[in-house]
Amino acid sequence: MINYLGGMWQAAKNWSPAILTALALILIWEFVVWFLDIQRWLLPPPTIIFQELIDSIGLLSRHAGITLLEIIMGFAVSLMIGVALASGIVWSRTMERSIYPIIIASQTIPIFTLAPLLIIWVGTDIFSKVIVVVLFTFFPLVVSLVTGLRSVDSESVDMFRTLGATNAQIFRKLMIPTALPNFFAGMKVAVVVSVIGAVIGEWVGASAGLGWLMKLSGPQFQTARVFAAIVVLSVVAITLFSAIVAIEKWSLRKYPSSLNQAKNLGES
Amino acid sequence: MAVSTVHKDALLTVSGVGFDYKGIPVLDNVDLSVNRGEFVALVGPSGCGKSTLLNLISGLLSPGKGTITANGISDSSGRLGNVSYMQQRDLLLPWRTIAENCQLGMELRSISADVSKARVQELAKSFGLFDVLNHMPWQLSGGMRQRAALMRTILLENDVLLLDEPFGALDAITRTALQKWLLSVLVRNDKAVLLVTHDVEEAILLADRVMIMASEPGRIIAEVDVRLSESSIESSFTSPAFVELRKGILALLERQEVSL
Repeated sequence: MINYLGGMWQAAKNWSPAILTALALILIWEFVVWFLDIQRWLLPPPTIIFQELIDSIGLLSRHAGITLLEIIMGFAVSLMIGVALASGIVWSRTMERSIYPIIIASQTIPIFTLAPLLIIWVGTDIFSKVIVVVLFTFFPLVVSLVTGLRSVDSESVDMFRTLGATNAQIFRKLMIPTALPNFFAGMKVAVVVSVIGAVIGEWVGASAGLGWLMKLSGPQFQTARVFAAIVVLSVVAITLFSAIVAIEKWSLRKYPSSLNQAKNLGES
Repeated sequence: MAVSTVHKDALLTVSGVGFDYKGIPVLDNVDLSVNRGEFVALVGPSGCGKSTLLNLISGLLSPGKGTITANGISDSSGRLGNVSYMQQRDLLLPWRTIAENCQLGMELRSISADVSKARVQELAKSFGLFDVLNHMPWQLSGGMRQRAALMRTILLENDVLLLDEPFGALDAITRTALQKWLLSVLVRNDKAVLLVTHDVEEAILLADRVMIMASEPGRIIAEVDVRLSESSIESSFTSPAFVELRKGILALLERQEVSL
């Protein structure tokens, strides 16, 4: 109990500067809008955005649900593709030489320009958005996993071999656990860009989702609604990121803190 | 120390073994054998191919020339998992407890967790690790980690045991304590033990026979019987027999250096 309260106090201490800064910025925003008498459609003050958030919560959460579904489906597919590609790259030199350069080169193509093509090929339903999310997220997953799997030292592999381990056992019991801290770092990057991916996909062609709602509300000068959608998107992104950090903390609970990346990227 | 064997019951035989690395000969015509219940030490300068020899015996490498038979197995890859090999570094997995690290070999052989756990607990008492079985490796001292690594190796229950400078990275006080402890653990065992070390005193204290190696290419140049009486082990480093043996071995090693 004391530990729990202590943890809460520590968390409050860690987060309070950021929260106070954000509150101050919001206050300044509010004040400037009122003081300069800026038009609502040009820049709505935070109180109006908050009002919009409450008034349209049903609409916003319905579209947020669709965006979240695209993100989760895309992330899941990306995980499968990423693990398969990274394993292949680490396992065989031929795979590495033939695939890895193409994967890296593919990242120089602006994915935003691929989205219209995907709409033409796949249509405006959810799958085009899932594909855009996959395109955005598989790269950090593959790179982090390849780096992690490569960080296994040869002496440990030898130790496993002298214990009579098969290649599959070495992969499962040595290489995967060694790669986990790196992999989680990649997942944290991937989950954040997955939100961007889903919004871009919706922007180009969709009939639902927060990106679509923003695209629709802009030209109608429903600026407060655009801001409210941004707030909801941020909440979605922060929630997903926190979920990954929680899974990471649990998965790496036995790792010494020097190997635990959570401290560097997750909180503090 | 270990019971002297009258019969030549060799568990490990290395005959005429040569090994090249990138065209450079590392080992040339190495012959040695270790009998059941015998403890043999290999002593030589750094880079003389001692570790390469252990890699060959364990099956991690295949010899270019000659044959190696350990516990009746001559096929290199067949020896993997059938020769217990403790490398220089403890290589404990940081995400596993000491118990889980020691269970690794049995786990890889699909021995049930209950059985392997029981065996680890049984052995942990004599290894002085019983109270730290649920600790993580980073919580242990260097000496304890080294003992845990030896326990993981010994739990494979192979008759041939290879030790590559097991105490090399430890401070002098811990090293001496562990050497005496290792003697007590391995007393009256029925294994064939081959220890690689550059520490002559360690070799004399632990082994029945010491093989002396020279480098470039690595080869065995002499063999010394170093069996000490029980009383000599007690006073070890100061007993006249010990001092005499050490002088002799150092002379053999030094002669080698001069000729280089």
